[in-house]
Amino acid sequence: MNKLVSENQIKPLLKNGLVIMIGGFLGCGTPEKIIDLIIESGIKDLTIIGNDTSYEDKGIGRLIVNRQVKKVITSHIGTNPVTGQLMNSGELEVELSPQGTLIERIRAGGYGLGGVLTPTGVGTLVEEGKKVLDIDEKEYLLEMPIRADMALVRGSIVDTFGNTIYKGTTRNFNPMIAMAADTVIVEAEELVKPGELDKESIITPGVLVDYIIN
Amino acid sequence: MIDKKLGKEIIARRVAKELRDGQLVNLGIGLPTKIANYIPEGIEVSFQSENGMTGLEKLSESDKENEDIINAGGGYVGVLENGAFFDTSFSFGLIRGGHVDLTVLGALEVDKMGNLASWIIPGKLVPGMGGAMDLVTGAKKVIIAMLHTAKGKPKILEECTLPLTAKGVIDLIVTELGVMEVTDEGIVLKEINKDTTIEEIKSLTACELIIDDDLQVMEI
Repeated sequence: MNKLVSENQIKPLLKNGLVIMIGGFLGCGTPEKIIDLIIESGIKDLTIIGNDTSYEDKGIGRLIVNRQVKKVITSHIGTNPVTGQLMNSGELEVELSPQGTLIERIRAGGYGLGGVLTPTGVGTLVEEGKKVLDIDEKEYLLEMPIRADMALVRGSIVDTFGNTIYKGTTRNFNPMIAMAADTVIVEAEELVKPGELDKESIITPGVLVDYIIN
Repeated sequence: MIDKKLGKEIIARRVAKELRDGQLVNLGIGLPTKIANYIPEGIEVSFQSENGMTGLEKLSESDKENEDIINAGGGYVGVLENGAFFDTSFSFGLIRGGHVDLTVLGALEVDKMGNLASWIIPGKLVPGMGGAMDLVTGAKKVIIAMLHTAKGKPKILEECTLPLTAKGVIDLIVTELGVMEVTDEGIVLKEINKDTTIEEIKSLTACELIIDDDLQVMEI
């Protein structure tokens, strides 16, 4: 079982219409080399799930600018003006989810839960079309799980089995999306051999990882 | 009139006086971030950034750029010795779970019911809510730090006209003109800037302003 693959071996996995979760917060912790591959591949009609649409020249933002995205599920689009322009012109569908809700929907998708109940969004536009449950005299929204065809993870130090450690605030969405997709690709900033990582510090166990690029 | 730049400094200085020793605090992007520059002496607070850390260093102190560490506004920051990193799910567990003592955010509009509108101007500006909805829903105390008006128009209203970030969540509103508490009876002016008058602040507020019996001069 060799998970370490070349960029050319990733390309056949990239297809039109994929639902892809991408790690990162304003581009910090986003696997930019895999983004490069998606841009080179020219695949279209993607649904992208991630915290934000980053900046025009970074991370998810580059896929938006390159018109490869049909729909984005995210919490913030304010740092990338192109997202708003494409949304207003009807070229891009934008589903906004509060940040804490979005990550819990992904967690529910990855952890086998039927949904999450959150007080966030009660009495706002976020409530529209959702079930409101009254539990011990407090209102909660039922938010549904989400999963993806593919999760693109950026690891700071990764062993060749896929065990992953994240530095600083690069962790953000990465550990959750690695649980919630059929195919998980990790882009390793630094690659090491199994046994070299402190096992107590591993955040994403390699058993979740299908492919590693370096 | 107090100019915008001075106004923002007044607000940041005054909000900083609300910090208490040992609190976990989340400051919003923009004006609220400046509050970290005015932490009262003898008080130690931990700042959380919702993208996944506690122990945020004051921005100005962080000269060492590390592209693996950013705050929720995307700026490079440092981490204190007692800081920690975590994922987004945990981070919002801290927030929704009531572990964050105080959040300070800006606003487009607020109203006398303590409603907040801060994430969308339909048809004009749709930045998205980011973490704001979770923060004001989960934090133990919510302070709105904002200029009293926008282009001369009141931002404190009878009822918000823009889509809400959350209902009835605001505890305290601090502007360059005064400090106002949101109560069941309405908005109570607790402190007033020495450079304004009750008449002026009332004329710039679009809902009834209850004047506290024990009205104080705003300490800056």
